[in-house]
Amino acid sequence: MRKLIAFFAGLIFGIGLLLAGMANPAKVLGFLDLAGAWDPSLALVMGGAIAVALLPFAWARRQSRSLLGAPMQLPQKRELDRRLILGSLVFGIGWGIAGICPGPGVAILLTGHWQAMLFVAAMLAGMLLFTALERQRNH
Amino acid sequence: MITIDWANFTPWSALAGGALIGLAASLLVICNGRIAGISGVIGSLLDGVREGRGERALFVLGVLLAPLWWGLVTLLPRIEFQTGWLGLLVAGLLVGIGTRYGSGCTSGHGVCGLSRLSARSLVATLAFMASGFATVHVIRHLLGA
Repeated sequence: MRKLIAFFAGLIFGIGLLLAGMANPAKVLGFLDLAGAWDPSLALVMGGAIAVALLPFAWARRQSRSLLGAPMQLPQKRELDRRLILGSLVFGIGWGIAGICPGPGVAILLTGHWQAMLFVAAMLAGMLLFTALERQRNH
Repeated sequence: MITIDWANFTPWSALAGGALIGLAASLLVICNGRIAGISGVIGSLLDGVREGRGERALFVLGVLLAPLWWGLVTLLPRIEFQTGWLGLLVAGLLVGIGTRYGSGCTSGHGVCGLSRLSARSLVATLAFMASGFATVHVIRHLLGA
């Protein structure tokens, strides 16, 4: 049952990205370009998502188990450390270059555009590089 | 002064798409107790984390199949790239490494984190939005690319 939920959550998530316009890199760049003709649509995507998810997350925060009996796995970290801030800044630079973040990258991977395949391949390489650097650091 | 691009402004599809994203994140946390953060889900699949591997893989499969399902019903929305191969390569690398160091992306921090009122996610979201705005400004208005 949980696997079925995970699959449909992913499907709804992907359809939401496509409908919202997040899967169109040109539109994302239009949102990130404050000094040009600014397209504010994507602020409404985040607003709409949070408006729907606020109450469910408020409920989830007070539970130790999910509705289907899985342990509630919410992040416990509290520190505002350098890794969080620098990592997010680096992510934003990449996002600003191509107008693609991880969700939309996956959602357009199978639409036949070589650009999406190249971006996702590079993204996976970046993630593996992180893991390799972390392993080295902990040795 | 900010000029709004009214011709490309799509408030209703943005809100509706956002609501679907919020619904998906809510389903996953309420039923499975998990955060719908794409970079985190993919990162732990790559790292070979055993716990919840099936659920993670099926979530990603759902996102992957979304355009195919969409294509059965109607025409796919416009997908237009404005970046050449080198830009895409560099962007992908930075997005991959940055989201792993920063423990999340637009979905994990921007949607799930803000919805559970996490201070860490608020700081992360402000950081990647700020550097996203700054990067586009530099590329389009200072370098004129």
